[in-house]
Amino acid sequence: MVSFFDASLPGTLPVLNRRCVEAGILTALALQCRLNLVSMFDRKHYFYADLPAGYQITQQRCPLAKDGHVEYLAPDEDHRKLVLKRARLTQLQLEQDSGKSLHDVEMSHSLIDLNRAGIGLMEIITEPEFCSAVEAASFVRELQLILQVIGVCDGKMEEGSLRVDASVSVRRPSEPLGIRSEIKNLNSIRHLMRSIEFETLRQISILESGGQVLNETRAYDVETGETVSMRDKERLHDYRFMAEPNLPPLRLYTNDTVPNGVPSDQIINVDELRAMLPELPNAKRERLKKQYGLSVEHSNVFVNEPTLLECFEKIVANQNLQNVKIASNICINEVLAAVNKKNIAFSASNLSAESVGELVELVQDEVISLLTLRKILEVLLQDSSKLPKQVIEERGWHQVSNETALENICCQVIAANPKVVDDYRDGKTKVFNYLIGEVQKKLSGQSNVKAVVRIMKQKLDT
Amino acid sequence: MFAANIKQVAALMQNGQLSAKDLCELCIKRMKRIKELNVFITEMPELALRSACAADRRIKNGSGDILEGIPVAFKDNFSTAGIRTSCASRMLKGYVPPYNATVVEKLISRGSVLMGKTNMDEFAMGCGSVDGAFGPVRNPWKYRFEATRRDRPGAAQSSPSAARIADRGRQFHSASPSQCLDVEADDSAEWFIAGGSSGGSAVSVASGAVLAALGSDTGGSTRNPASYCGVVGLKPTYGLLSRHGLIPLVNSMDVPGILTRSVDDAVVILNALAGHDPKDSTTVVEPFKPCALPDVASIKGLKIGIPQEYHAPGLSSDMKDSWQHVADIVENAGATVKRVSLPHTALSIVCYHVLCACEVASNMARYDGLEYGHRAKDESSTESLYAASRHEAFNNVVRGRILAGNYFLLKQNYDRYYVQAQRVRRLISQDFWNTFRSGIDILLTPTVLGDAPSYRWFSKADNRTRTQEQDVFTQPANMAGIPAISLPVALSSNGLPLGLQLLGQPFKEQQLLTAAKAIEQLVNFRALDFDKLLYCD
Repeated sequence: MVSFFDASLPGTLPVLNRRCVEAGILTALALQCRLNLVSMFDRKHYFYADLPAGYQITQQRCPLAKDGHVEYLAPDEDHRKLVLKRARLTQLQLEQDSGKSLHDVEMSHSLIDLNRAGIGLMEIITEPEFCSAVEAASFVRELQLILQVIGVCDGKMEEGSLRVDASVSVRRPSEPLGIRSEIKNLNSIRHLMRSIEFETLRQISILESGGQVLNETRAYDVETGETVSMRDKERLHDYRFMAEPNLPPLRLYTNDTVPNGVPSDQIINVDELRAMLPELPNAKRERLKKQYGLSVEHSNVFVNEPTLLECFEKIVANQNLQNVKIASNICINEVLAAVNKKNIAFSASNLSAESVGELVELVQDEVISLLTLRKILEVLLQDSSKLPKQVIEERGWHQVSNETALENICCQVIAANPKVVDDYRDGKTKVFNYLIGEVQKKLSGQSNVKAVVRIMKQKLDT
Repeated sequence: MFAANIKQVAALMQNGQLSAKDLCELCIKRMKRIKELNVFITEMPELALRSACAADRRIKNGSGDILEGIPVAFKDNFSTAGIRTSCASRMLKGYVPPYNATVVEKLISRGSVLMGKTNMDEFAMGCGSVDGAFGPVRNPWKYRFEATRRDRPGAAQSSPSAARIADRGRQFHSASPSQCLDVEADDSAEWFIAGGSSGGSAVSVASGAVLAALGSDTGGSTRNPASYCGVVGLKPTYGLLSRHGLIPLVNSMDVPGILTRSVDDAVVILNALAGHDPKDSTTVVEPFKPCALPDVASIKGLKIGIPQEYHAPGLSSDMKDSWQHVADIVENAGATVKRVSLPHTALSIVCYHVLCACEVASNMARYDGLEYGHRAKDESSTESLYAASRHEAFNNVVRGRILAGNYFLLKQNYDRYYVQAQRVRRLISQDFWNTFRSGIDILLTPTVLGDAPSYRWFSKADNRTRTQEQDVFTQPANMAGIPAISLPVALSSNGLPLGLQLLGQPFKEQQLLTAAKAIEQLVNFRALDFDKLLYCD
């Protein structure tokens, strides 16, 4: 359904959407921006079929917020570790969305969809600080996470909730920034990365063959993986910015400046909104590292998986702190891996903290091996009504720890693999794992690995 | 009947002495009689009768609302649901809005009867109501109706020409939409312009077809025709009445204007319309206290300023004399009259032209023929479709302002023109604040330069020249957003009405209208005797 105002029917007037303003303020606060307590609206004029009024209402002179920064994790140059980087922001502004045009080349006409026209947008502009496609993508992922956590946007690029325009330029080290082109309307992280990678190479090849990069807008062609020029003619874009006469300046208040006697639905108090901000992702990562001694990678995973984090924290609360490493390893390397393989979210798996907690306990006490744990998980994912101990009972998956039994098996394996044993005794220590593996096979994976290793070593060294 | 005011008519309807239906039928008859004046672009007699009957039922069931059954008209730039709204432009000739303007909704929901949509200058650009796609509006004062011409001994056989004039009023000038000046060379009956751009609304009230009409006022478009047609024209404070549904000319200056035959009637309409509208972010949120005027209004103790800059070139001696005369009358009645200065008055027109052109260029950008409005046949590209649609459907006044506005808004020009004009605008506003702060309550000025010009004279120069000339006294009030009212005070030596203007302080309509009523009672202007004009009823 398209409202009269969004269809640009004559005589209709703009009214600010309070929720959009609040979302803009919450975002500006979360991104450490400086809010302009008075900001203005302007008209940006251009003719295009998906812009019914012939202008877009935006904030050019004085946007809602300026500056700001985002800290995010990106792989370092060797792509091995995650390191913390910081991107500076230029500004955040509120504006209207346009409609969508679909071009039917065959019939040579265009269809204009106005459902999206007039919807409130937040535009966040960064400084030109990203040195690679993967850095840009990491930043966008962090931004998505922040927006989701503060509840202003679901960040789903494929659904159009978040769109990215990437301005790309190349230069030799220590030269000034090169001429940039702008790739518009990227609607997935993958497209973002691929288009930046393509555009970088395209510009380099132009410059290396003595040409000049054009300052133009480009689109990403999903089929070919290339960027293509969007300009139709050489034209000067003068947007003829003019103050929007129908929207008075937007005034924000703080606890100190709220005027008396004005109804609260006419007032927006920044301090009240600030108090509503939840713990932001990066703060959470730092807290998890400190509180539980987690690695950067693990704390990052937990920040991206809130329900799994909840589960982990419950388990740790119930048990001793020395189990933290086992608990986080099991949660991330085993449980998360298992649900990812099945293509379901952890929250949809019905695995309870009690269940996972039991698994951690069983592994810690060396009652089961990791191989057994995986088998138990398979069962639990099919039928979450059972608990791990139950499953072990029902299937007889106890870990064999009996020393005599293990010794017997080890002897059997040594006897069956004379060449390997000789290799080991000659100094090829790596083949040790093969022998352990054989023991595991004989016990269907239900052996106490630590004990097996100890016994096997003993036997081999004598 | 046609001399009565809204309160009197409402009382008659409450007493059962007059039905809304009967009143409606009288108005429909009157509308037929004045067809030659080309007042209405769209007439709604069937709808009006149904509304009138519904009002009668409600009155019978005990509704005491003063507006029940009162016939009203709206300028054709007010959005009316289900009723064509054209702005007198080919661009919107077939446009039927799906919603009512807030001011329309307010009157209709209280029982007012919509008689029709009135004629105007195209998109409200003009001061004569001669530049619309449906032809010019004619002033009823001294108008020689066909019947009159026929009855006069020795009159020329002019009935075919009268019929043709009426017809032309209905047609489009598709060949040259810009020039609606095809007056017959042998049109021996000279007629006078109604003023503009709300000429149709002013004439609908002056001729008794309705009891109240809404116009719009951006540079004087309600007050100017009020003066030429001898009716009351009120421009309220900017931000007091909602503009939601008023198709804009200059968003930062437009207001809905009120045209009635008396100040009391203007108060009834104002009280019905004023107040915050959440759909219009430029309306003030403070609650509106309805105006209440005493039966006998007094001007005693009021400090009235006479701005010396309003002795402008071109001011007719009749108007000057009236102005002096009324200044004397109010002084005798106990007001203090003082000479004041508004030094930046002369800059107002040029400042207005820049700001108006800029806003026009912006506001007209939506007319591309895609969602509504005229769509040309040239579909070779989006650009050519837009260009053809806009060229075919806008007259040259509109196109001229769009071009000028786009020029002023170019990045390299913005500061020199738009921003500079806004700075000058502030100076003009400050002239008023300073004057009011120095103790002056109200300013008294002429509304326009003189009485209504003849169409023949008026059409000798183009739209821009005329607005530059004629808007001098009315325009500054729009710059500053202050309320203003034009009152008919006397007839010129030519037998045409002269209007004087009162300028008030922002949101002090109570004070302004009290002063206006006092002057109205002192001058006792005789309204147009329409029946005499027609020789019949």
